[in-house]
Amino acid sequence: MRVLRNAGLAFGALVVGSVLFCAVFAELLMPHDPFAQDLTRRLLPPFWMEGHDPAHLLGTDQLGRDYLSRLILGARISMLIGVTAVIVSGLIGITIGVIGGFFGGRVDDVVMFIITTRLAIPLILVALAVVSLVGSSLTVVVLTLGLLLWDRFAVVARTTTMQVRTLDYVSAAWAAGCSRAWILGREVLPNILSPLAVVATLEMALAILLEAVLSFLGLGVPPPLPSWGLMISEGKEYMFFDPWVIFVPGITLFVLVMGINLLGDGLRDMVGASQVR
Amino acid sequence: MLSFLFRRTALAVLVAVTVLTFAFVLTRLAGDLAIVIAGPEARAEDVEAIRRAYGLDRPVVIQFFDWAWRAATGDFGESFFFRERVSTLIWQRLPVTLTLGVVGIGIALVVAIPLGIIAALRENTWIDRAVGLVAMVGQALPSFWLALLLMLFFGLQLGWLPISGTGSWEHYVMPGIVLSFSAIPALMRLTRAGMIDAMSSDYIRTARAKGLSRSSIVLKHALRNAAMPVVSISAVQLGFMLGGSIVIETVFALHGIGFLAWESISKNDFPTVQAVVLLFAVIYIVLTLIADVANAVLDPRLRAS
Repeated sequence: MRVLRNAGLAFGALVVGSVLFCAVFAELLMPHDPFAQDLTRRLLPPFWMEGHDPAHLLGTDQLGRDYLSRLILGARISMLIGVTAVIVSGLIGITIGVIGGFFGGRVDDVVMFIITTRLAIPLILVALAVVSLVGSSLTVVVLTLGLLLWDRFAVVARTTTMQVRTLDYVSAAWAAGCSRAWILGREVLPNILSPLAVVATLEMALAILLEAVLSFLGLGVPPPLPSWGLMISEGKEYMFFDPWVIFVPGITLFVLVMGINLLGDGLRDMVGASQVR
Repeated sequence: MLSFLFRRTALAVLVAVTVLTFAFVLTRLAGDLAIVIAGPEARAEDVEAIRRAYGLDRPVVIQFFDWAWRAATGDFGESFFFRERVSTLIWQRLPVTLTLGVVGIGIALVVAIPLGIIAALRENTWIDRAVGLVAMVGQALPSFWLALLLMLFFGLQLGWLPISGTGSWEHYVMPGIVLSFSAIPALMRLTRAGMIDAMSSDYIRTARAKGLSRSSIVLKHALRNAAMPVVSISAVQLGFMLGGSIVIETVFALHGIGFLAWESISKNDFPTVQAVVLLFAVIYIVLTLIADVANAVLDPRLRAS
């Protein structure tokens, strides 16, 4: 079992590592200009199919743009969205959760109310509406997702802070006359970080999936940027004759999200953060 | 119990009022609504006429209370795009979405509960790991992509199921399957955890000591206790799923509330967007309220907190 677990963790790390590598070094890795159109060479099939062009390993899209290059640049969009949305939502959620868990009482009631309200707000619908009203751009998508996805951070930060608050070393710090800020920053926060790291992987996977959903529905990252969700959306019209156009970006999206989740699962076992699901 | 019921309902109402405010503020994000409604080619006097016609020339606070009061009584005004009462539109489309939601949660329960039980009974074997892997795959599959794959395979390749539209029960099979994927992982893990807990408890040891058959122990004693949280979480999941129906209804062209939401968002039809946001939120609030109250009835320990 342990071997299997470690295999999952290794696979996750490998996937996330390679996508991150593509995201950072996209310019060096892309064989072609991902925006260059060639209408005479539209929808060329990928390398495993009849009639492919060795110059375009994964074929070309409906405008003759190199699919592999677009996929590589798409990795940058997904990682950018995933990481930034997690930072924004982490800051919001951890602040709210720690305040509720640490102070308890009326303050905690308010925090619980805020979390409950957030959960009642339909996520995809509101994200779509905001992007549609404010105008679609990478920044808008990232901020919208960050401002919506903090609920699990808050829930976990609140519960773990409550547990930590009553432990002996916190009581000892109080007794030693430490300030409230010191106790929050030096005693509580470092000791709730490992479960929060697991939450970060879950939220990153969710943010990447949601960006793909928004882009698929045409209200995410604007074209011609090659978001994987947008690539699936553009390929949708051609999928009945050339199904590979939706297979390729779909599989990369699926494998990346799976990799992040496996990484999170491995992390959970390593740090023993069973309270996160 | 009465005090719990009162506090829990008060919380639900408070959350609903907050979401009501949120739905109003949301549509003001665009800036001047009259300009958005009038469109890019409109002249200044057209914009002015629209502003007066929709009451947008009044102070925002008045607009809010007027809208909120009507919304609370179920009157969401007239849709800009469909030229019909928003409430009429919603009543027309609601059955489709509710059918989809019920089919989705039904499939999810039928798949998740047996798998969860099997994983729990074979804890830490390869079967358990395989079930865990299924949950993980389910979580990582992009719903819209899965929908397209099913369309290609069952719709085009095998020709078993229609790929879009609402005519018959067959139209709900693929969307229901896709929707169920969003709930299966959570429900399965919960069933598994609950069953593992129950199987190691004293009452199961007693049942074993009495010499009851294995199936009777698992199904009658353990499952009954493990099922409680599953039932309450599935109510919550149903709420989430209805919110997720927007993607699936758009892909399969199912004309339910999700599709209506998508149309109204892309057409800047604010009254409809507000109403749908509120509707999904209220459904979620009511479902969680029911789940919490049901749990409190079944388990007195929960009432205290």
